[in-house]
Amino acid sequence: MSVLNWSGVLSPSAAWHAPEEPAENLVLDVRDLRMRYGRTDVLSGVSFGARRGEVLALLGPNGAGKTTTIEILEGFRMRSSGQVSVLGTDPARGGEAWRARIGVVLQSWRDHGKWRVRELLAHLGSYYAPYAASGMPRPWDVDELIATVGLTEQAGQRVRRLSGGQRRRLDVAIGIVGRPELLFLDEPTAGFDPEARREFHDLVHRLADREEATILLTTHDLDEAEKLADRILILAAGRIIADGSADELSRLMSTQAEVRWSRDGQRFVHSADEPTRFVRELFRQYGESVEDLEVRRASLEDTYMALVRQAESEGSGSGLGGGDAIRKFTVVAG
Amino acid sequence: MNASWMAARAGVRRGWIELKHTFTTPSDLVTLLIFTGILLGVMLWTRNTTVPGTHFSLGTAMLASMLGMTVGFNGLATLGSILTVEREDGTLLRAKATPNGMTGYLIGKVVTVSGTILISVVATLITGALLFSGLAVGSASTWLTLIPVVLLGLLATLPIGAVLGSLFPSARSAGLLTLAIGGLAAISGIFYPITHLPHWLQWVGQTFPLYWLGLGTRSALLPANLASVEVGHSWRHLATFGVLSAWAVAGLLAAPILLRWVARRESGSSVAARREKVLRQAAG
Repeated sequence: MSVLNWSGVLSPSAAWHAPEEPAENLVLDVRDLRMRYGRTDVLSGVSFGARRGEVLALLGPNGAGKTTTIEILEGFRMRSSGQVSVLGTDPARGGEAWRARIGVVLQSWRDHGKWRVRELLAHLGSYYAPYAASGMPRPWDVDELIATVGLTEQAGQRVRRLSGGQRRRLDVAIGIVGRPELLFLDEPTAGFDPEARREFHDLVHRLADREEATILLTTHDLDEAEKLADRILILAAGRIIADGSADELSRLMSTQAEVRWSRDGQRFVHSADEPTRFVRELFRQYGESVEDLEVRRASLEDTYMALVRQAESEGSGSGLGGGDAIRKFTVVAG
Repeated sequence: MNASWMAARAGVRRGWIELKHTFTTPSDLVTLLIFTGILLGVMLWTRNTTVPGTHFSLGTAMLASMLGMTVGFNGLATLGSILTVEREDGTLLRAKATPNGMTGYLIGKVVTVSGTILISVVATLITGALLFSGLAVGSASTWLTLIPVVLLGLLATLPIGAVLGSLFPSARSAGLLTLAIGGLAAISGIFYPITHLPHWLQWVGQTFPLYWLGLGTRSALLPANLASVEVGHSWRHLATFGVLSAWAVAGLLAAPILLRWVARRESGSSVAARREKVLRQAAG
């Protein structure tokens, strides 16, 4: 049995293993993170890691522990147990210099309503100036940043007069004003129109590629996760039940693919275990008369739903070894 | 230059910017003016009434008291309620997410609130000097008393305001705080000599800094013979200094502990939870 680990490499157990690369490239290193409120386990052994410049999407149903996980990594919440290293530091003991290397974008800011956009960004940026390093100028030039998030026209406007989407872009701008090496984004595009969403996706790509920022984002939009993330983590019932690229995750679940075609004006659908072979056979039999052929593997959404449903039913069952559940879901056969 | 020093300077800048916002936001300005306006109206109305046992205008005496009350009331209630509001809207969390942001935030708040208080005091003083007779604004001793009283008053009330702001769980409940301090003003000899209250209420009033602030500003601006209506027929400068200093020390000791406690509990989910609660209350 083998398991897909954080880097997409097969590894022999469900636990996340230290990668064979220089420690300075490891931005996030979480091992066996546990969180317990009273008698409820919110996180029961979460392990994952992230390399520099990687974009990670953390998916999971509401109440799965996404927010708790992120807040622990941000240093805003104490954990019950486990090892956590964020930019080489335990976030429970992260000082101001550590804080300066991290950007946080949360869902529910309504602060600084009376401030003007440019005024606020310039002010918050000024706290990062002492933490500039060679090759890492801090803060970001305000006007350039405002242009980057597309708020140039609103630069002189009061924050409370911004639309929902504009306010969100300002939050992102504040999150990155100090040129963070690690950026946390909590449902960054909730309430965006498709155009704003596309622009935001471009911005995330730019941050990850050009600035080499590591990004951990939560989202409920699987399409967004697929577009943005190098790796997807699925958190359910307090543990990571899957970890890999969107492609790898889709393959994980899809033993079957759906084949659709039409012949003589009639439509056909067939679920095939081996779609390539099935299609070859189809053409051999009917040749030219096969039209509108479509072969569809399970979408990320299908995979996600199946994984979460299974994890939750196992989680609510008697103590039937959660470890087994992980193994079952993350196994890749060949 | 080190980061804490930069943050302190950013805090002063922040305070200055927010002070400008207060004076350029119509709703803030109206609140400020209504408060002062109503009190001035009451004073004008009582201008021809005399302080019992004297021939001195009650309105003028009240105006002198009011300077002390402006310091005390704003120091306690304004800072306290701002802290609860800004905990709710995420400003505090934003400060926490910024390197040295809490330092900058607190310095900024102290600058903004003190600035607002000083501007209100000066505006009241100028209006008073123009509309009321009998205020000793021309003598040096007035200023030598007034300035230290106001500064010590800020020290005695701002930290306690921060403590109160930390203890109240929501902006709504902080409304009670404003109400309570309004009630305290009634037994602090601001509007009427405290010696006319029952004995036990006099003691209650004299426990809090509001009474001593009013006494201090009266002693600066009123003629010496007005001390006759005060407790012990004296301005009690030494006691004023002692009580206000004690409150300042208590506040400066308690405020950092409580503010750290408040800051530690701030997180995205706590801000979101409070927001939902407010929305639910508004809907229900």
